Amino acid sequence: MSADSIRKIIDDTRDQPANIIVVLEDIQAKFGYLPEESLRVVAEETGQSLVDIYGVATFYKTFSLKPRGQHRVSVCLGTACHVRGGPSIEKAFQRALNCKTGETTDDKKFTLETVACLGACALGPIVVVDQHYFSKVTIDDVRRVVRKTLEGLDKVDITKDKSVFPVEIICSRCAHSLMDPTFLIDDYPSVRVTIYFERMHGWLRLSSVYGSYNIESEYEIPMDAVVNIFCPHCHTELKGNIPCPECHAPMVSMVVRGGGVVQICSRRGCKGHMLDVTGMN
Amino acid sequence: MITLKINGLPVTVDKGATLLEAIRFLGFHVPTLCHMEGLSPMGACRLCVVEIGNGNNNKLVSSCTYPAQEGLNVRTSSTRVMNARKMIIELLLATAPQSKTIQDIAAKYDVRRQRFRQRYESCILCGLCVRMCEEQMMAKAIGFRGRGDRRSIGTPFDSKSEKCRLCGGCLYVCPACELRCTYTEPDKAVCGGCANLSPPCLINYDDVMCYMDPCVACELPKE
Repeated sequence: MSADSIRKIIDDTRDQPANIIVVLEDIQAKFGYLPEESLRVVAEETGQSLVDIYGVATFYKTFSLKPRGQHRVSVCLGTACHVRGGPSIEKAFQRALNCKTGETTDDKKFTLETVACLGACALGPIVVVDQHYFSKVTIDDVRRVVRKTLEGLDKVDITKDKSVFPVEIICSRCAHSLMDPTFLIDDYPSVRVTIYFERMHGWLRLSSVYGSYNIESEYEIPMDAVVNIFCPHCHTELKGNIPCPECHAPMVSMVVRGGGVVQICSRRGCKGHMLDVTGMN
Repeated sequence: MITLKINGLPVTVDKGATLLEAIRFLGFHVPTLCHMEGLSPMGACRLCVVEIGNGNNNKLVSSCTYPAQEGLNVRTSSTRVMNARKMIIELLLATAPQSKTIQDIAAKYDVRRQRFRQRYESCILCGLCVRMCEEQMMAKAIGFRGRGDRRSIGTPFDSKSEKCRLCGGCLYVCPACELRCTYTEPDKAVCGGCANLSPPCLINYDDVMCYMDPCVACELPKE
C-alpha cells in the first residue's frame, strides 16, 4: 500500500463531495480491507477528522479493518436459516476452517462471517462463498463447499460447457501465432501479448478459452485501467475498429486461426467482447 | 416568539428553543444525563422524556432535542412519563450501577432495584465526552465506534491520539466513570442513601466509597 495510490482514489471521487463511504469502498476494493495508514491519508486529504472516518469504517459491516482472506464465507443466521440449523452449519465451518467467526484462517485463504438474512429463506440454511450461493447446506456439505472453493468456484468445465471453447489466436498484421504453449491458463496454451499502461511495458497472458476471463500479467493491472495491447512479434498495436459496446473503451482486435476476428475490451475488468466468425468453417 | 403550555402553565420562549429550556425556565424538574449547556443536544440518555400532545395523540419525546412549538401541551411528570423514566433509570442502573450520578437520580425517583441483567460498564454512551472534545475543546480526539451492542467511545484504532491535549474535559463531564458507592455489598449498588441527610455511616463501614458526605445508607430501613 502506498499513500499515493490512496490519494489517487480520493482524487477519482473528488466530484462526489464529502462522500467518505465511496472513498472507503474504493480503498477496500483495491486492498481487500482498510489499512490503518489509508484511513489516516483519507483524513488528511479530505480534511475530515480521523475519528469520523474511523466511525464510518467501523459502523458498516462491509468495511473491514483487518486483512481478509481470499475467500469470504458467509453463513446465514437469519430467522429461517437459524431454525433450519444455521448455527450448527456455522460451527461446522469453524471446525472445517479451524477459525472463529469473524476471523481469517492462518493461511489467509478463508474469512468466516455470519449474515443476518440473505432474503432467500426458502433455500436455507444458506452459505455464500464469494458471491456463490450454496442452498440447503448440511453439515456434511461443509467440507465439500470448502474443497470446491479451494478448487476455484469460477472454474468453467471446458469439456462440458458448450458455450466455452478454446481458440487459436494469430496477429492480424504479421500472422504470427500468439499462442504460448509453455504458459497454461485454464489448462490450455495462453495468448501472449505485450501491454503498455501507465508507462509500464510488460507481458500479458490471456486465456485462449473463449468465455473465460482469466489473465496473468507481469504487472498488476488496476481495475478499470485501459491498456494498449501489442503483438509481441511485429510490435503493432492490436487496435480494433469500434469502441467497446459496454464501456466505450477501445477494443483490441485479434484474428482467430481458421477465420474470424475476436475483439476484446481493453479495459481491465470489463467483459465486453465479440467474436465475428465470418469465413470460419 | 412561541407560546406553549407546560404542565398547564403558559410560557413564552424564543424560536428555536428546546422543550427542556422552556421547562427549566419555568423551574420544573426534568432529570438529564447527556445534556449540558454549551454542547449540542443529543438525546442519548432519554431521561428528559416528556409527554406532548392532546387526547389520543399523545407521545413521548426527549425534551432536550424537541423544539418548542406554538400551542404545544407538555406534561413533565404524568404517569406515563414517570413510568418511562423509571424504566430508563433501571436500564441505566443495569448498565452502570457504579455511577454516582445515576445512583442519585435513581434515589430521587425512588428506584431501589432494577430487573435487568446486571452489567458493570464504565460507559453509558451518552456522548457527553465526544461532544465536549469536539465542540468545546475543538480536538475531535475521541468518537463513537462500531454499532449496535459493539458501540463504544474511544480513539481511532485504540491508539494514543495526536489530537488529544490531555485536557481532561471528557473525564470532567462523564456521568458514569466516577467511583461507585458500594454501600455495604458491592453487588447491590443502589443504596439511595445519598438522598438522605443525617450523620455519616463511614464509621460503621470501611468500604463505603461514596463521595457524598454524609452518606447514610445504614440509616435506611432494611427491606
